[in-house]
Amino acid sequence: MSTSGPPKEPVKYVEKQLHLPYCYVAGDYKVRYLAALKDKTILGSKCSRTGKVFVPPIVASPESFAPCDELIPVADRGVVTTFCIVNIPVIGRSIELPYVAASVALDGADISIYALIQECAPADVRMGMRVEAVWKPDGERQGSHEDIIHFRPTGEPDAPLASFMHRL
Amino acid sequence: MSRQAAVVGVGQTQHASRRADVSIAGLVREAVDRALLDAGLEHRDIDAVVVGKAPDMLEGVMQPEQFLAGALGAHLKPLIRVHTAGSVGASTALAAVTHVRTGLFERVLAVAFEKQSEGNAMWALSPNLPFTQPLVAGAGGYFAPYVRAYMARTKCPPHIGPMTAVNARQNGGRNEYAHLREPMTLDDVMNSPVLWDPIRYGETCPSSDGACALVIASEEAALRGPRRPAWIRSGASYAEAMWVPGRDQVSPRAGKICAKAVYEGAGITNPWKEIDTAEIYVPFAWFEAMWLENLGFCDPGEGWKIIDRGEQRMGAHLPINPSGGVLCSNPIGASGMLRLGEAALQVMGRAGAHQVDGAKTALGHAYGGGSQYFAMWIVSNER
Repeated sequence: MSTSGPPKEPVKYVEKQLHLPYCYVAGDYKVRYLAALKDKTILGSKCSRTGKVFVPPIVASPESFAPCDELIPVADRGVVTTFCIVNIPVIGRSIELPYVAASVALDGADISIYALIQECAPADVRMGMRVEAVWKPDGERQGSHEDIIHFRPTGEPDAPLASFMHRL
Repeated sequence: MSRQAAVVGVGQTQHASRRADVSIAGLVREAVDRALLDAGLEHRDIDAVVVGKAPDMLEGVMQPEQFLAGALGAHLKPLIRVHTAGSVGASTALAAVTHVRTGLFERVLAVAFEKQSEGNAMWALSPNLPFTQPLVAGAGGYFAPYVRAYMARTKCPPHIGPMTAVNARQNGGRNEYAHLREPMTLDDVMNSPVLWDPIRYGETCPSSDGACALVIASEEAALRGPRRPAWIRSGASYAEAMWVPGRDQVSPRAGKICAKAVYEGAGITNPWKEIDTAEIYVPFAWFEAMWLENLGFCDPGEGWKIIDRGEQRMGAHLPINPSGGVLCSNPIGASGMLRLGEAALQVMGRAGAHQVDGAKTALGHAYGGGSQYFAMWIVSNER
């Protein structure tokens, strides 16, 4: 606003940013999930009734309502079930555009996680493409989702659609 | 739950990208005043108020129903807030219906709003959770992968989304309240930037400021009103958890169950034949084909063919979103209520320039969250 007196037009909007810091309590399972990433291990939890595996681990299944009381490692590779190519920025986010945000069903898991696919052109990403995690080097991992830098194609043959349509 | 309920008043604001002429309170009041005028009622005739809006983060105002109580005329009256993400406008109307059907209230005011210009919905809907990489870029970023899965599953041609968007704009052009009314061509949409591949800019809903209000009344109160009401033949809402193994995000089970419940409640056995028009929640054009299937208007994989044949246009077999729908106006919290309110206007015969000739039975539909929350009603011109 200028210092030469009051504005000539009525003020209808004032642009301000509010900051609202808060603490997030991860809970027992997600604490162990994050800590295991330091050892290049992705933990899931297994439903005691259905045997289905959730990643990141949760304590009870929203499907069977039974406890998921067994923490087990799943593979750090899997299949791109579906994806989009993001061409539009989000405030406060530094990923270079365009980027591929994919749903990846890790081998051994029954639901998908979000994964950034790199080391190939976005146009080359396919539903069914096999990918693997690229980890930060030893000594640099801190027990955070940032320990996985991104996922990259493994070069294995694509999985057929029918094999993952139930794990979008 | 035995009494009948009816819509006796419908009000909505002018929807625009920035309603700088009114505060949030002024915005909701505009819709409330119009709904009461439409019903021939005053604030003192209202027994309770139900308010709905999408996440508080969209404007940064926590529990807005409290500071809006005055603008809503809710002082010394029961006031409750509903929250089911994008479907909230519809869930709010259904909560008002429940209020009336219990027999405790004669006339209930349902109000839903969003003032997107006072925040940044794209940011608010791009979660940063400490245990997963923040990759989802707004609602478009969340839904685009499932649009891709729909395309892969049905092998539908690439012009279906653009055709849907063009038709929505044609319809919106006839709706005096719509935010976007300028016509678009197929080429305009096809050549628009791809925001979240495969979703283009031209296939995306706008960010709008707007509100909607409905007056829901008991059978006796409705019959005393100055106009023919829209009778609520059935209403239902269903939800499902976000991350469940095997959950089909392209055609969610909760949507199918909800549709079945409202059809059964209204005595409808063949929705394609018995419903005259539908207002359904289509924030990205491809969802029109997806919901036609989820709502049981056709078999799985056939939704895009209805659009390809133009059977959902004005004047055709089943006009979808005669108001232009969410693709023309998206005040998120109000969008679901607008779908239900527009369905009511159709069967009242008062939809103006976007009236479907002879509409007797209409479906209003909304969904929200990660395609998790569904809320619908069937309204009719007959009790």
